[in-house]
Amino acid sequence: MIEPAAISEIHIDALKEISNIGLGNAATALAELLNKKVDMAVPKATFLEVEQIFPLLGGLEEVVACVSLSVEGDVPGAVMFVFTEQSTYKLVDMLMGYKTGTTAELDDMGESAVMEIGNVLTGSFINAIGGMTGLRMNTSVPMFAFDMLGAVLSSFLVASGHWEDRLLLIETLFFQEQDEIKGHFFLLPETGGLERLFEALGMPAEC
Amino acid sequence: MQSSQVRGDAVGRPAPVNEIQVGIAELKVTGQPNRLITLGLGSCVGVSLYDPATKVGGLLHIMLPDSTQFNSIAKPAKFADLGIPLLVQEIKKYGGRVNGLQAKLAGGAQMFTGLSDKLVLNIGERNINMARQTLKKIGIKIVAEEVGGNKGRTMILDTISGLVTIRVVGSQLKVI
Repeated sequence: MIEPAAISEIHIDALKEISNIGLGNAATALAELLNKKVDMAVPKATFLEVEQIFPLLGGLEEVVACVSLSVEGDVPGAVMFVFTEQSTYKLVDMLMGYKTGTTAELDDMGESAVMEIGNVLTGSFINAIGGMTGLRMNTSVPMFAFDMLGAVLSSFLVASGHWEDRLLLIETLFFQEQDEIKGHFFLLPETGGLERLFEALGMPAEC
Repeated sequence: MQSSQVRGDAVGRPAPVNEIQVGIAELKVTGQPNRLITLGLGSCVGVSLYDPATKVGGLLHIMLPDSTQFNSIAKPAKFADLGIPLLVQEIKKYGGRVNGLQAKLAGGAQMFTGLSDKLVLNIGERNINMARQTLKKIGIKIVAEEVGGNKGRTMILDTISGLVTIRVVGSQLKVI
């Protein structure tokens, strides 16, 4: 993986732009699914160490939902969607067409809904990158966990071999009418993956 | 070790209890009346060692079973095979007796459903097995376990009693 020092503002902006396009596609897909207008935005993209994620999301014991998929092809790695407990419930409300505040625990139906969102978002994101760069990327079936942040993140990052890496965090916001839901989308490229991505975008990173 | 040795003062007032946090891939040792806590064990395994005679206790948060598969080891406490002997050493340094040590294990869960083939490595189970094996080799008895399953756990060792409290989301506290 590229050291963050080698990545300039321009690269971060490019990633944000790709994310915006990808999530724009996802918003359209979602709107079709729900038959309702859904907007999305990417306010922030940044590189983080694993240890920095814990305080950002409320601490090691904070309950979160995590959808993760592995990515194969030209930019192999993994992606991970993390929502706090409250965001998860709001997301389920939005997806199921419930009034905000209805969902207070996650049942099987809610779990499938959150997993499907992760799937749709990741798919749209990956397709946007593929479309812009001509890079070939495929995702695996999603995996799901709903438990303590520390337990969920450490288990996935250790199993996928990304514990020591810096992760790219793309903050995502979902809007529907007055409701705003914040999600955390993490991109975990394997060594050389980001270089290949930037190269394909015509903006090689200095390493 | 960062843990401070807290004792009662001259007039016999009880010493304040400190709760000392043990991070991921870390280990810490302390004496009574302090508590050691490690948060959010998933596939990771928490190993507590306690000497009832001196009331010295140690807690270790391991991530992986086997250090021999890696070339460079920055944090030995990350691995079951290195972390456990290191914890025993630190307890000895603190004045604990190795002979009477009692071990308790928690964690080693499978957190995700719908696992893809690539990730079916069962790290949790391998962590548990290696922890058991390593303890057996050193001759330390495991007196209680709360392992496996699919829930995250927080583990707290009380050095006054040697009891370990397990916290799980949505369940009552369990003492082992």
